[in-house]
Amino acid sequence: MSPSDYEFLSEFLAKTSGLNLGEGKSYLLESRLIPVAQSLGLGGIEELVQAIKTMPTPELKTSIIEAMTTNETLFFRDKKPFDELATLMMPNILEAKKLQRKVRIWCAASSSGQEPYSIAMQLKESVPELSAGWQVEIVATDIDGQILAKAKQGQYTQFEVQRGLSIQMLMKYFEKNDQGWQIKPEIRNCITWKQLNLLDSFSHLGQFDVIFCRNVLIYFDTERKKEILDRMATLLPKHGYLVLGGAETVLGICDSFNRAKGFRAAVYNPAHAGVGLAGTAAIKK
Amino acid sequence: MVKMLLVDDSRTVRLVGRRIMDKFGFEVHEAEHGEDALKVVREHPDIDAVLLDWNMPVMNGLDFLKALRSLPLPKQPTVMMCTTENDMDHIMQAMEAGANEYIMKPFTEDIVRDKLEVVGIL
Repeated sequence: MSPSDYEFLSEFLAKTSGLNLGEGKSYLLESRLIPVAQSLGLGGIEELVQAIKTMPTPELKTSIIEAMTTNETLFFRDKKPFDELATLMMPNILEAKKLQRKVRIWCAASSSGQEPYSIAMQLKESVPELSAGWQVEIVATDIDGQILAKAKQGQYTQFEVQRGLSIQMLMKYFEKNDQGWQIKPEIRNCITWKQLNLLDSFSHLGQFDVIFCRNVLIYFDTERKKEILDRMATLLPKHGYLVLGGAETVLGICDSFNRAKGFRAAVYNPAHAGVGLAGTAAIKK
Repeated sequence: MVKMLLVDDSRTVRLVGRRIMDKFGFEVHEAEHGEDALKVVREHPDIDAVLLDWNMPVMNGLDFLKALRSLPLPKQPTVMMCTTENDMDHIMQAMEAGANEYIMKPFTEDIVRDKLEVVGIL
């Protein structure tokens, strides 16, 4: 790929999706965009760049953004955030919301759906209190409409259901069919799906008790990360939590969050709550 | 070091399994069928985990599993069935016989790693 094509695509992706490619990622661009070019009958990256310059249709833009932002995902990825959702976050949330009896969780980059479905399964398995008249809403958003449609179907291949999911959970929450494995309605119905670019306003989504925003901010530059995190903080009440990817931090990026105490996963409380909440103790004492 | 027993009548599957387990730094033992595997377990009663095929000559995986669970071992190993049998009935049978996990063939290194994490071996 020529340096000028690389620079053009980097700028195009930054402008349209906020994706911060940085330097030395030509292998990533080629591996993701050559199939896009081929599917459009184009000869390669060079012709794809020409097509963007001369005929930048919304479909072309969408194909490119979706190809670049789809990531590997598995059920219960990194495990700790799901365990700590049940053992440390939920006791505080149940206490804080005991009058409303409604829990809202946002998966900000839900990709093919494994994360929101894992959350729903974890809550069913480990927080039995919720079955006593509590309303649980998991809002799953992603920039990629195609991947969101796949996630909404809840249909997975044999390969996909073996990534991170125990056989007990598979038997309990999935049904086998001719295409593979279908997640059961009791889990699927907990989730609301919406297409969303994190650079756009998301205040219309309302307040959440927990925001999962894992392994997506890495694609944004520091300025955009800060701006997104600041806006997320406004959607969280004092008892709310932000969950980032294991290798991510807000340190040095924004002051809107404090590290939550007692967590092994990358969990934060909004700064307007004061010092980071300790697991279950903070509200109960 | 984790001691892993691979039980499969296919030499190729055992070879692929061994390559994966070597990457994890496991001590690997092999058996061609259930009866062979019982001998290995008697010689090495401290085996930590078994990756177990279902359909094999001499003694199949399910019969081996039942025999294994009745052995008076100091610690019962974690057993992961690893088979082309991918319907609910087979999965149920294996779980009822004492399997801890279930891998549906064909498997990849990622799947084996994830399943080993699920059962707490990795």
